[in-house]
Amino acid sequence: MSAAYAVSDCWTMTRRELAHWARQPVQVLVGLVFPVMMLLMFGYLVGGGRAVDGPYVDYLVPGMLTLTMVFGLEGTMTAVTRDLRKGVVDRFRAMPMTDGAVLVGRAAADMLQSAVGLLLLTGVGHAIGWRAHGGPGAFLGALGLLLLLRFAMLWIGIFLALVAGRPELVQAVQILVWPVGFLSNAFASPDAMPGWLGTAVEWNPMSATATAVRALLGNPGGEPGHLGAALLWPLLLLAIFFPLAVRRFARLGT
Amino acid sequence: MTEDAILVEGARKRFGEKNALDGLDLRVARGTVHGLLGPNGAGKTTTVRILATLLRHDDGLVRVAGHDVRTEARRVRRRIGLLGQYAALDEELDGRQNLEMFGRLHHLGARGATARAGALLERFGLADTGRTPVKRYSGGMRRRLDLAASLVTDPDVLFLDEPTTGLDPRGRGEVWDSVRSLVGGGTTVLLTTQYLEEADRLADRISVVDRGRVVADGTPDALKTRAGADRIDVVVRDAARLDEAAAVLPFPAAGTDVDRDRRRISVPVHDRMASLAATVRALEEAGIEAEDVALRRPTLDEVFLRLTGERTAEVAA
Repeated sequence: MSAAYAVSDCWTMTRRELAHWARQPVQVLVGLVFPVMMLLMFGYLVGGGRAVDGPYVDYLVPGMLTLTMVFGLEGTMTAVTRDLRKGVVDRFRAMPMTDGAVLVGRAAADMLQSAVGLLLLTGVGHAIGWRAHGGPGAFLGALGLLLLLRFAMLWIGIFLALVAGRPELVQAVQILVWPVGFLSNAFASPDAMPGWLGTAVEWNPMSATATAVRALLGNPGGEPGHLGAALLWPLLLLAIFFPLAVRRFARLGT
Repeated sequence: MTEDAILVEGARKRFGEKNALDGLDLRVARGTVHGLLGPNGAGKTTTVRILATLLRHDDGLVRVAGHDVRTEARRVRRRIGLLGQYAALDEELDGRQNLEMFGRLHHLGARGATARAGALLERFGLADTGRTPVKRYSGGMRRRLDLAASLVTDPDVLFLDEPTTGLDPRGRGEVWDSVRSLVGGGTTVLLTTQYLEEADRLADRISVVDRGRVVADGTPDALKTRAGADRIDVVVRDAARLDEAAAVLPFPAAGTDVDRDRRRISVPVHDRMASLAATVRALEEAGIEAEDVALRRPTLDEVFLRLTGERTAEVAA
């Protein structure tokens, strides 16, 4: 019976997040359109030619997909912070519901939004000339790697919100994700950067995912050897931040 | 089962260097309203949060509805309702969505949750709020919905943490009426408040809390008696004769207060009826016309100041 309750509690909490979307369609839409705008800006305004073999749009789209997953951290942190600052989490915690259902609801909603965002972005990418060459299996594998990265970012976001859930700090994180996101190979190949910068960029966990996704999609800049790193980095982050976030949530009352 | 609804023995809770609870004891009998009265920072909210399983105490015994809050938190949660200081609602959703969500989380089932939400909205006069999100509710409506949310499962024990703080007199009256109707249904209520009037009106018993301990405990009447003598208030018609009236009263001048604006003399007395008769006689003999002569107990305000003031003096000494 308690397993059935757990499923029902998690579903109730997920429904809550979906009801929020229905209440604020504009906000959801802006969240989905923002990466599309970034893609178009970098594709057309900033333009290519950054030591890439092949069309720049083929290099750029996998990078943008990856960047969108990383930027998701900030959205998660904002939502959790908002919840904690209202009394509603107290009511949830004083109810006989399954431990962690609040977090599962958050996770399910954020993952769903990210999946929709990925599909939208690949659609727009296709419209501006990007092509995937790896076949359906490789395409799904690439989406899986991207969502794995998003899942790791999700728990970092929850943890940060629980540790430092103040609006000022959310703002700081909103700003800091930019340099972290750009210090990667999302837009430019590290080969074209000064040596030390290129090294830093190659060590960014985000770069591993972008490179592996490029490999799976048959896009320039891909190296199949990075597949392992693209799996290991997010799993390592999850191994650290998932238990930290869950523990921190359980200890809200101490 | 005859166990008290709430049983707290020697509860302690530290926040860093500060002792929020310093050996607090509390017993609340089933089906009664108990007031927890104290100044800001006395430990009232900490007590409620521990009782509602939101906060873990460091030491001491804490049982609610027959279960230990630390080892049987989930059992406690099935039996309690909580109305905190700030609305514990999802502000983006409407009233019905909130109540249905809480009903499902209390495992009433989809149909049960819908029925319960409808009944509660009706009962708290919120049935016609439609799809309006809670963030557009007035303060009083929000408080009523919050109270409805804490009653989704018909709790055995209901915690109300300063339920009327920030409400206008009308909103306050609405909450008081709701609390009274609940008690009729057998719910045990623990109410924290800074308003003495609120405790006096609603509570069967009151514990006065100061610095994490209960400094006095009893029925409102018993506390008033404890805090000192009854008083006789005399209002004279002619302000010019106020001093003369004060002089003819057969009581020592030491405790006498003279309020010139209200033309009122207030004196502490010990023998209630004899003092009243003597007062009337003395005024008659002096030929001073009184507008009002009244025997009254000290207000809870006076009790409260005395009790918390006493303790402060104790610490200083």
